[in-house]
Amino acid sequence: MSEVVKIATRDAYGKALVELGKLHDNLYVLDADLAAATKTVTFKKEFPERHIDCGIAENNMMGIAAGLSTCGIVPFASSFAMFAAGRSYEQVRNSIGYPQMNVKIGATHAGISVGEDGASHQCNEDIALMREIPGMVVINPSDGIEARAAVFAAYEHQGPVYLRFGRLAIPNFHDENYKFEIGKGEVLRDGKDLTIIATGLCVAETLKAYDMLKEKGVDARIINIHTIKPIDRELVVKAAKETGRIFTVEEHSVIGGLGSAVLEAISEECPVKVTRIGIQDVFGESGPALELIHKYGLDGEGICKTVLEKK
Amino acid sequence: MTFNELEKMAVEVRKGVIEGTFNAKCGHPGGSLSASDIYTYLYFEEMNVDPKDPKNENRDRFVLSKGHTAPGYYSVLANRGFFPVEDLKTLRHTGSYLQGHPDMKHIPGVDMSSGSLGQGLSAAVGMALGAKLNKKDYRVYVLCGDGELEEGQIWEASMFAGHRKLDNLCVIVDNNGLQIDGSIDEVCSPNPIDKKFEAFNFHVIPVDGNSMEDLKRAFDEARATKGKPSLILAKTTKGKGVSYMENSVEWHGKAPNKEEYDIAMEDLRKAGEALCQK
Repeated sequence: MSEVVKIATRDAYGKALVELGKLHDNLYVLDADLAAATKTVTFKKEFPERHIDCGIAENNMMGIAAGLSTCGIVPFASSFAMFAAGRSYEQVRNSIGYPQMNVKIGATHAGISVGEDGASHQCNEDIALMREIPGMVVINPSDGIEARAAVFAAYEHQGPVYLRFGRLAIPNFHDENYKFEIGKGEVLRDGKDLTIIATGLCVAETLKAYDMLKEKGVDARIINIHTIKPIDRELVVKAAKETGRIFTVEEHSVIGGLGSAVLEAISEECPVKVTRIGIQDVFGESGPALELIHKYGLDGEGICKTVLEKK
Repeated sequence: MTFNELEKMAVEVRKGVIEGTFNAKCGHPGGSLSASDIYTYLYFEEMNVDPKDPKNENRDRFVLSKGHTAPGYYSVLANRGFFPVEDLKTLRHTGSYLQGHPDMKHIPGVDMSSGSLGQGLSAAVGMALGAKLNKKDYRVYVLCGDGELEEGQIWEASMFAGHRKLDNLCVIVDNNGLQIDGSIDEVCSPNPIDKKFEAFNFHVIPVDGNSMEDLKRAFDEARATKGKPSLILAKTTKGKGVSYMENSVEWHGKAPNKEEYDIAMEDLRKAGEALCQK
């Protein structure tokens, strides 16, 4: 058996930018003094003239990105999710969202998997914030391969895109031929008893849960929703109709994220019982990422346990 | 245009401000009137723009960072030929493209959507940086309020502009001294404005912002300044040109009623007439 490659989606983001930068002269990367952490430093080394460090001033960075985009430049504005979506929410809303600027926001260090830095830096609210901005595409890739594909797709998409990346190295489970399309979910395992819809690093954990559930006689359907907005409504509603029971799993607050998006979709077309697994309206805390993922019930074991208890 | 022609045009721009806010029954006449001479000088003399080709990639850009004074901005755009002057009467009406604050998606000639104070300057800085990166020689003008300088983002953007030596950027501060809650000195003084921008590596040009002669001198000096962005500190009178609105906080964000409208239009008619006899 070949060894599973582990890579953080932020690393995939940095590498994809270099690849894309070679293809497109109008791609620029903006940072707010975090290039080493957002992994855009690889782009900075390759294309120093197309890397703009705005200093520790994320709000200004978003405005500069908006201004640059009016000049035919495609800016990837990078920072931690806490600052990109949190601090700069209103700049993103008014200077990028309202005029539908062709700006891409690369937000790394999302969720509790930030680890030891603790609650101040663990953004579990960014999907909620970005999802409600009209016209904003929100993508939360589940592994390095999907992250690379998402960056390419974001460049091609006309209009604002929010890309959510993690700090923690996670396994690549997609193969190199994976076809990514904005707004199209992916059925990873076809089951009939219930459906588990996951996003981001929780997708690989949900695949582990699938095997554990199988041993307990539960035949689960597993869906990867990388694009939270626009959500693949058809796929989600179909799962509700065919399996009658849905669980959602995300490294994000259960308020406003994937769970909410799924509820919104199915409650209008095929209401079934939904259990949202995620951060239960609390702030995070310091600790090694894997321990936190376990503690908050987002690893395979935790997901399996919740499904068995509540199915 | 001669100074006299510019002054007459500024009167027309002011009439548009009164027309727009009167018909909207709301809006911001005070700061629109203080900046009317600046708008007029920019659009009729200084900037390289073409109403028939509003998206030309080589055009000069303007960002109204103090977006609430859109009535003045729309009036100058209409008078310059970007859209019919008659449409100013639809300001803020349901279904009108003349939104309460500048909307670049729907209003010809508007280069940036704005209205949330502090944000326009960053976008203008991005446009100026974009010109440098794309090796274009257009200039970027941005109008800020003096009260707006209380927003932290203004200083983030200024630090970046000074650091990057964006000499194609010209920031104008409409220094009318008044904000909603009172005088800027009472509320949270941004003074001394000149020294602050100098410290952020701007070339500062203090002028009378209601004088065409002064504005010409200032914009000429800004254009000739290399190696740093320029800051035109334009001392103005809020409500300028309408007797009862001048220097009155009350008229920051209030529309004239019919009686007040008539007085304002009569003030402006007389001002125009006086200029014709010069």
